[in-house]
Amino acid sequence: MNPTDTALDSGLQEMAPEAAGAPRRMVLNMGPQHPSTHGVLRVILELDGEIVTKAQPDIGFLHTGIEKQAEALGWQQVVTLTDRMDYLANLSNNLAYSLSVEKLLGLEIPPKAQWMRVLLAELARINSHAVWLGTHALDLGAMTVFFYCFREREDLLRIFEMFSGQRMMTSYIRIGGLALEPPRGWDRAVRNFIRGLPEKVDEYEALLKENPIFLRRTQGVAAVPLERLLDLGVTGPMIRAAGLGWDIRKAEPYSSYEQFDFQIPVQQEGDVYARFLVRLEEMRQSARIVEQAIDGMPEGPWRADAPHVLLPDREKMKTQMEALIYHFKVVTEGMRVPAGEAYAPVESPRGEIGFYVVSDGGAQPWRVFMRTPSFGNLQSLAEMFEGRLIADTIAALGSMDFVLGDVDR
Amino acid sequence: MLPAEILALPTPAAIQAWDPGVLSGASLERGDLVLWTTRERIVDLSRFLKERRQFTRLSAVTCIDRYPVEPRFEAVYLLHSIPNNERLRLKVALNSAEAVLPSVCGVWSGANWYEREVYDMFGVRFDGHPDLRRILMPDYWQGHPLRKDFPVHGHKYSYKDE
Repeated sequence: MNPTDTALDSGLQEMAPEAAGAPRRMVLNMGPQHPSTHGVLRVILELDGEIVTKAQPDIGFLHTGIEKQAEALGWQQVVTLTDRMDYLANLSNNLAYSLSVEKLLGLEIPPKAQWMRVLLAELARINSHAVWLGTHALDLGAMTVFFYCFREREDLLRIFEMFSGQRMMTSYIRIGGLALEPPRGWDRAVRNFIRGLPEKVDEYEALLKENPIFLRRTQGVAAVPLERLLDLGVTGPMIRAAGLGWDIRKAEPYSSYEQFDFQIPVQQEGDVYARFLVRLEEMRQSARIVEQAIDGMPEGPWRADAPHVLLPDREKMKTQMEALIYHFKVVTEGMRVPAGEAYAPVESPRGEIGFYVVSDGGAQPWRVFMRTPSFGNLQSLAEMFEGRLIADTIAALGSMDFVLGDVDR
Repeated sequence: MLPAEILALPTPAAIQAWDPGVLSGASLERGDLVLWTTRERIVDLSRFLKERRQFTRLSAVTCIDRYPVEPRFEAVYLLHSIPNNERLRLKVALNSAEAVLPSVCGVWSGANWYEREVYDMFGVRFDGHPDLRRILMPDYWQGHPLRKDFPVHGHKYSYKDE
């Protein structure tokens, strides 16, 4: 008897051989508490010896009902929920949500806020890739890289704290612009960090790129053809590693990305090693974007002039009656967003993130759907695992770079 | 009859030339193309868009609950064509009495989890889906959390009662 789905679901149990010639299979429960699943992911593996014959991911352990909660909060309050989805690149989430709501509102964002958003989103990408590289290398037995990457991450978290007062749940990009004026001396702090970064990325490369153990564990592992990846809804570095140079920052530029000069790294092999090369190069390109953003940062306001949405200046409130009325209405009722719907995709470190927001004209969203990259990317897990050695699953999982908070929301 | 400004766009024009009866409505929402079709035609139209208009990516499938208005549910398909750099949303309106749709898993395999999520959260069923089970909520859960008549707090499974 072959194991049925219910047998798979009950987790760890060995199948007794039945009829002669029937394959002898073992069902192995991987996760939800397993260090290499990077969160609470459960994968039910059916094994023939050491070969995975069937893999079935089971998700939802981190489901917190963020989409439901969003319907019970004000528009601006939802920004704080977006931080808690993909907690390694929360600024990309803030940006994607803000862009969707701003599209509904028809808000014009001043150039300084747009450039600052680009700078922060790229710092978030470096942060996310550093965490990915450190943990991925650790899974494959290279411990030093982990310490190096977390050293850089610490610097980045200090920068985020400087901007927003928070290390991780920054909520710094808000509807209409930024949460606070950028702090004095931000450019010096960011420049100090970003000057040193390319050298450090070279260091990671030197540790891993020609490391025979790393090569054996990653080259030719978990490659899936590009057509299958696209069909399964995979986005981001995984498809760029499989040969398609599609990046939303270039294809559908937002927040003035069209004014920056950067390249989209592409590899052809589509295996774990190619994904490593793509993400490594993305860190270098992000550093280039951040440098350009510091050098060319426009002067001017850091948030939109929209008193019906944002709290008016303190000075205006003391002198103008309208400003006081707007202040009262925004505080007591919350901002109102005209009825309609909008979707604005953003390239997060993991792929396409977009918020499909629907408004009925009220002070709370009618519906916020979060199209998260990790959810789409995880659908390709079965095809990466099946027919491979169980040891390769660790490399494949790490190379997908998902965040379970982003999958389950 | 569809608005002229929409028929001037290449994708709606191609759909109209292929089968004039397949679209039941169309609009531009903040510049984004939204096309309405019916339950009977959604799979045909998806296949046409994928094969003839290169919408090789199904970005997501989701749903909106318009409770208490009927038709209550709007199934939403976010499509994307990388070669044409074009996005559109397909929508199907569903009455609460027959919240059933044919699955598009045969067109895009990536629809699998998104349709499971819509089923889990809204109770909209997908005919012909290979594995229609709850995906985020536990299997024993009763009700569909993203329906508007499902409370945010105070559900009988809330932790308070434990």
